[in-house]
Amino acid sequence: MGELASVIFTAEFLGNSLRFATPLILAAMGGVVNERTGVLNLGMDGMMLIGAFSAFAGSYFTGNAWMGVLIAVISCLLIGLLHAFCTVTLVMNQVVVAVAINTFSMGLASSLLRTLFGTSTSALRSPGFENIAWPQALQDLPFFGPVLFQQTIFVYIAILAVPTIWWVFFKSTWGLSIRAVGEYPKAAETMGVSVTKVRYLALLFAGAMGGLSGAALSITGLNTFIDNMTAGRGFIAFACIIFGRFHPVGAGLGALMFGLAQGLQLRIQTVGIPMPYQIPIMFPYIITIVLLVAMGSGSVPAGWGTPYYPDEE
Amino acid sequence: MGIVLELEKITKIFPKVIANKDVDLKLEQGEVHALLGENGAGKSTLMNCLYGLYRQDGGKIYVRGEEVTINNSDDAIKLGIGMVHQHFMLVPELTVAENIILGLKSAKEPLLNLAAAEKKIKALSDKYNFGINPKDKVRTLPVGIQQRVEILKVLYREADILILDEATAVLTPQEVDELFKVVKKLTKEGKSVLIITHKLEEVMALSNQVTVLRDGEVAGNVRTVDTNPTELANMMVGREVLFEFEEKEMDLKEVYIETKNLKVVDKKGVTRVNDLSMKIHGGEILGIAGVDGNGQNELAEAITGMIPFQEGSVVIKGVEKTKLDVRDVYEQGVSHIPQDRHHTGLVLPMSIKENLVLTDHYLEPYSNKGVFNKDVVDEHGAEMIEQYYIKAPDAGVPTRELSGGNQQKIILARELCREPDILVAVQPSRGLDIGATEFVRQKLIDQRDRGAAVLLVSTELEEILQVSDRIAVMYEGEFMGVVKNGEASISEIGLMMAGTRRSNIESQGEVE
Ligand SMILES: Nc1ncnc2c1ncn2[C@@H]1O[C@H](COP(=O)(O)OP(=O)(O)OP(=O)(O)O)[C@@H](O)[C@H]1O
Ligand SMILES: [Mg+2]
Repeated sequence: MGELASVIFTAEFLGNSLRFATPLILAAMGGVVNERTGVLNLGMDGMMLIGAFSAFAGSYFTGNAWMGVLIAVISCLLIGLLHAFCTVTLVMNQVVVAVAINTFSMGLASSLLRTLFGTSTSALRSPGFENIAWPQALQDLPFFGPVLFQQTIFVYIAILAVPTIWWVFFKSTWGLSIRAVGEYPKAAETMGVSVTKVRYLALLFAGAMGGLSGAALSITGLNTFIDNMTAGRGFIAFACIIFGRFHPVGAGLGALMFGLAQGLQLRIQTVGIPMPYQIPIMFPYIITIVLLVAMGSGSVPAGWGTPYYPDEE
Repeated sequence: MGIVLELEKITKIFPKVIANKDVDLKLEQGEVHALLGENGAGKSTLMNCLYGLYRQDGGKIYVRGEEVTINNSDDAIKLGIGMVHQHFMLVPELTVAENIILGLKSAKEPLLNLAAAEKKIKALSDKYNFGINPKDKVRTLPVGIQQRVEILKVLYREADILILDEATAVLTPQEVDELFKVVKKLTKEGKSVLIITHKLEEVMALSNQVTVLRDGEVAGNVRTVDTNPTELANMMVGREVLFEFEEKEMDLKEVYIETKNLKVVDKKGVTRVNDLSMKIHGGEILGIAGVDGNGQNELAEAITGMIPFQEGSVVIKGVEKTKLDVRDVYEQGVSHIPQDRHHTGLVLPMSIKENLVLTDHYLEPYSNKGVFNKDVVDEHGAEMIEQYYIKAPDAGVPTRELSGGNQQKIILARELCREPDILVAVQPSRGLDIGATEFVRQKLIDQRDRGAAVLLVSTELEEILQVSDRIAVMYEGEFMGVVKNGEASISEIGLMMAGTRRSNIESQGEVE
């Protein structure tokens, strides 16, 4: 058994896990901001999907991976804007809006894929992101090399995003407004904080992060897009926020757990441990369910999911 | 000294009601101006226009002589206007300091700079003797302190026009005194205060000028020295309000509700009700006096099945239980007027008529074999609006659009129209105007005369003394004493409220 563990839990395994966790961390850091303003955003999966598709398409047609990222971010900003318009301005039911966005995104990505690239995409590759070219000495460091210095830029953005969001939440005036709006929007409004503005900005930020997250999924290695590429990762990111108790560090750790589960799955398949392949594939989802059940939801922002009607006692 | 604020012909129209109509008001600098009016007269609406939460449909606002437009609270704050709202506007999960600096730019924007704010808040708190720790979470503070945090929010912004909307409604008499001292200090500093209250003696004690609103219009405007409570009540309601209830000797029926060694421990592990035993007969009102937060509310919630109790039992009409279920309790003929009407009393987005049948909606005649009987519900709604003088355009409007006092009347109507055998009423007249307060107290007495057992929890001693047959004083979860109304003096009750047992008071009496 010990032998088996040493085959599985290698530096390469950790490096892979971090890579797998990256899109989740990025999405969760955007999501945690909008959830904290009190908007229930179940539409992250659709957002990621659009992000992944536009990153691939953008990169393919411009021949530049960075342009791909830019286009992904812009597309997701538009989705975020739509979400904000529906839930904040039109005060529509937040769950219904999210379901609509997910369905719409899935359909849009699939049909655009077929119109733009025809029915067979297996051979299509766009330009993508390579690992950062750290000095060879760093890359060759035992253990740390494969974990930290053989990664794409997205991994570093994700790692930096966690403390940044933490700082914003708890050390900046913006964070105070965000937290207050999520707990008691009316009180924030009476203190001169515009609930509408805060919620719009938060949803736009979540959009931008969703774009990055999608790009991290499609153009960092595979460099292609396939139908339903997110495979529910948006929902897992959402779950990470919940059992991370709406705290950026908690959500980040949750995403990391998921990454580890996925890394484990890959490792088991490579090492060739005899078990039905469906079992390791289930790992990440099982972990999500177990964590959700074990951790509960803890403290939920009091105004979560409730729309705010401005002109009212 | 001059006029700091002038409202000229302010009109505010909601879809179905004219809340304010051509309202004029002048606030002199350094003075307290009281705004009076029945529930739904339009006081809060007027203040919300001034504070930028609503936009008026007509009329002008002048601040220090200049005409201004106030589009949102931020504009109001910049003009030096601060408001303490009828319902607290504090975020419970944040600390005092965070609540106070919310929405302000810091000197080191965007850095929060909490430490500097905490220092300034501490200094302010000391200046006004507030005794506030800026690091406390608001959720953990008693109402009286939360009120001070609200005032600090305003002072921190250096407002010189303060609006206090029913600031005293939730305070104990001692806290009211403290608040008045603060208000006097503020006016001495040259600040001006607009205060809304339903208590005429507060108006007489504190204000320099009074404006009375009736149905959204100004019904009168006088200097306080030139008027008296009777005249003010007349202006407000259009009739005299006497608070005189007919005394009646009642034949006590059997015991309707009883607790035996009841113990309630809350989620944080604090014992709220401690080994408490009591009996109430049909045909009597037991008034529970005490400073807010001494377990009265928990007692009421435990015997109505809203919260569990850990030890002891409750006997309702002879049936002893160690565990209660809300619907079961209701079906035993118990009615409950809860303390917090927004959280436990009403479903705010639902209409008046729906709220009126929340407890009995599944029963005939409101439902028939599980199908809602719309006509009956409609009719019932209209009837209750009339009987309980609920001020609303019709029974279909959402309850959140009603003024605070009228929301309370919906609960009363719902709980009383089913003619309960046992009525548990917690602060039933909180936030009600004097006319409505008199009405509520009369209703409590009517219930008793009908033969119901009534448990009345109130922090207003006046209310307890007016209607109770017996008075129990509660302190830290226990009864300090239970007396027949009239048997104990007010100072004795006061002593018990502060934690002295009646047995000790009597023995002291013997020594003297
Ligand atoms: N948001 C709203 N939408 C529609 N009608 C409203 C709204 N807010 C208040 N009203 C109505 O305007 C009228 C005045 O209400 P307001 O809250 O100003 O009364 P108030 O004098 O403050 O009463 P109270 O003493 O009970 O607090 C009431 O008839 C109320 O139903
Ligand atoms: Mg009001």
